[in-house]
Amino acid sequence: MKRNPYITEKIAFALLFLATILVLLPVIFIVFIIIQKGISAISWEFLTTSPRMGMREGGIFPAIIGTVYLVAGTLVFALPLGVLAAIYLTEYAKDNLLTRLVKLAIINLAGVPSVVYGLFGLGIFVIFLQFGASILAGSLTLAIMVLPIIITTSKEALESVPRSFREVSLSLGASKWQTIRHSVLPHALPGILTGIILAVSRAAGETAPILFTVAAFFLPKLPQSVFDQAMALPYHLYVISTQVPNVAEHTRYGTALVLLLMVLSMNFLAIVVRSRFRKLKKW
Amino acid sequence: MTLKSVKEFVIEKLIYLCGIISILIVVLIFVFLAKEGFSLFKTVSLKAFLSGEKWYPISDPPSFGILPLILGSLFVTLGATIISVPIGVASAVYIAEIAPPRAKEILKSGIEILAAIPSVVIGFIGMTTLVPFTKQILHLPTGLTAFSGSLMLAFMAMPTIVSIAEDALTAVPRKYKEAALALGATRWQAIHRVILKAASSGIVAAVMLGIGRVIGETMAVMMVTGNAARIPHSLFEPVRTLTATVAAEMGETVQGSDHYFALFAIGIVLFIITFIINLIADLSVNKK
Amino acid sequence: MWFAGTHALKTLNLSVFENEILGVIGPANSGKSTFLRGLNRLNDLDVHFKTSGKIYLDSQDIHRDIEVGLLRKRVGMVFALPVPLPLSIFENIVYGPRRHGIKNKKELEKIVESTLKEAYLWDEVKDRLNLGAMRLSGGQQQRLCLARTLAVNPDVILYDEPCSGLDPISTAKIEEAMLRFKNKYTQILVTNNTKQAARVSDRTAFFLMGDLIELDRTDKIFTSPLDKRTNDYISGRFG
Repeated sequence: MKRNPYITEKIAFALLFLATILVLLPVIFIVFIIIQKGISAISWEFLTTSPRMGMREGGIFPAIIGTVYLVAGTLVFALPLGVLAAIYLTEYAKDNLLTRLVKLAIINLAGVPSVVYGLFGLGIFVIFLQFGASILAGSLTLAIMVLPIIITTSKEALESVPRSFREVSLSLGASKWQTIRHSVLPHALPGILTGIILAVSRAAGETAPILFTVAAFFLPKLPQSVFDQAMALPYHLYVISTQVPNVAEHTRYGTALVLLLMVLSMNFLAIVVRSRFRKLKKW
Repeated sequence: MTLKSVKEFVIEKLIYLCGIISILIVVLIFVFLAKEGFSLFKTVSLKAFLSGEKWYPISDPPSFGILPLILGSLFVTLGATIISVPIGVASAVYIAEIAPPRAKEILKSGIEILAAIPSVVIGFIGMTTLVPFTKQILHLPTGLTAFSGSLMLAFMAMPTIVSIAEDALTAVPRKYKEAALALGATRWQAIHRVILKAASSGIVAAVMLGIGRVIGETMAVMMVTGNAARIPHSLFEPVRTLTATVAAEMGETVQGSDHYFALFAIGIVLFIITFIINLIADLSVNKK
Repeated sequence: MWFAGTHALKTLNLSVFENEILGVIGPANSGKSTFLRGLNRLNDLDVHFKTSGKIYLDSQDIHRDIEVGLLRKRVGMVFALPVPLPLSIFENIVYGPRRHGIKNKKELEKIVESTLKEAYLWDEVKDRLNLGAMRLSGGQQQRLCLARTLAVNPDVILYDEPCSGLDPISTAKIEEAMLRFKNKYTQILVTNNTKQAARVSDRTAFFLMGDLIELDRTDKIFTSPLDKRTNDYISGRFG
């Protein structure tokens, strides 16, 4: 009996649909269960006070602040370096060995495991440059980690601006930098912004790079300078779920919820920025 | 020279500088890892390191064989790949070729959300739900196994695989599909005979990058695989991966000790592995 | 001039007279655009471009004696496909002057009005200067691009097949503008449409496969050209 290709197609499509569901089901499950079990822990107190009794009571405020500091520090280093490197690659780089090396370097940086960044950060910033375990060391490590993200998305945003815009600007007598500044960058800005938001969300959620470079389990007071250690949300979650016994389940889930909300809302923001950009794009 | 052109000159030089710095960073990472890591090989031979079966870094005398760790990473990665590749590629095909446009947007956003979930959160959920579940259902002495690790890592690899494979499928020129359909093929036949083959290099790249993500994962594995640095004999035993080893033990070593160097040496191994994976992915895309 | 090994424009010797309209005709790939873009050094944008020989603007070597930004200000260009920037009409026109340092609002407004009038677009858009330029029709957009080029006060205007996508009315308006510009600007028009060259230009040059075949007064080229190839092209035997 010859197999009816239309039946084969129906079966195949059904299986493919099933596969897609399988990919998405975990997302729904994870989000759902974290909300369900963690929501009871969320209170004003939880979000604004320090932990007490070895994390069993009180809140996670220092961890939230620590994450905010780290993200800010990451941006300070990674944003200018990343955007300018992207401008270099799209507007200035000639097609030679050096350029190919740079592009290769960035692709490789993107694939390096986060724990290797942590190792590198430990060796160079904490020990060699003697910054010690500090917000400075942690921010620099995270900055290097998210650099490829910023460079790649900025590069795509810049490349999506039509070449004709540059031609028109130059033919009117503008210089190269003026052209970039006034007829390329403004139109690439939403794409660049998307990349920055994604980088921030990544930096906020990573644990391994901050394990040895900045994170502390419990600090008596908030960090006062960039050379202080800090608590951070991902590390906090890790410790209270693996190393501290007898923490209430809803506290753990609550911490996970706060972290998840922070990261997901940033990603959501990036998606919104990107889709509004696409709608408003007039070319 | 006018003020304007001086300002521009400075800006342009700054831009060049930033381009160069990115290469320097990669070089620096490797050089630094190498410097600390190779120090290990003054006291331990490379062969003993790579093939030694005992990872007892704090016993006296210490033993730095990373074979159990390599196997741990391998088991977990293999398991994750077997689960995530078929499901991921199938899902990519569905999203790229079959899903209606509105659904496509929602699905792609859903995938992005999955990609954004921090690994420590996934590890946490795995620890609290999957681990006890497998222990109960499969009657294991513990739920902290390579299998649990594989499953969690499969979830983490899938968004990478799905989104890159989907890009590759969407990039196949429409005329291939139209030509196949014009010749009387059904949509499914057009997909699996023409489009998949055309996108194959991109799909290979997607898989490689997914594998790279899995090998490099640290926190999720640490929380669900049990961290036993022994050679595993089945997927349902606790294992320790290369990444977890570094993360778990770095805090306890003395700077400048052999243990410290050994962890850096593991870092080199990880760096090289991911470099090779990226190379393969890159070559596969450029071969096209 | 060469592009990555292809000899796009062979050696030639040509003078353009002040305030004339020079038409440049020829089939595709004859080197006309390469020639035109060499005059404002836009070919430099291509990494694989090489050129030899000299080009002078008023006895200044454009590669050595003038800064390239200044050259392009003095030698403006209108492209084949209208390229309005995704900005308002006003912003499109003041883009050039702004880059050259003009900031005064009143001055900018004057420039906008005068150039739009010269390009025969003022009446159609004077109430809508803040409207997005992309919303104009093709012919209006091209006239906008013309006004934009005029806004930096060039000496020479280069036209690279400017009417190729336009309807006859817009084409007529642009040709009318070109004729009116004669006492203010020197113009070089590259066109695929030989009839247009016949209508508008004082002298016409015929290019074929990278060579300048013939250059003469327009009426002579179109009635009794010296070279057989010129005759064949004009009478449509090839194209």
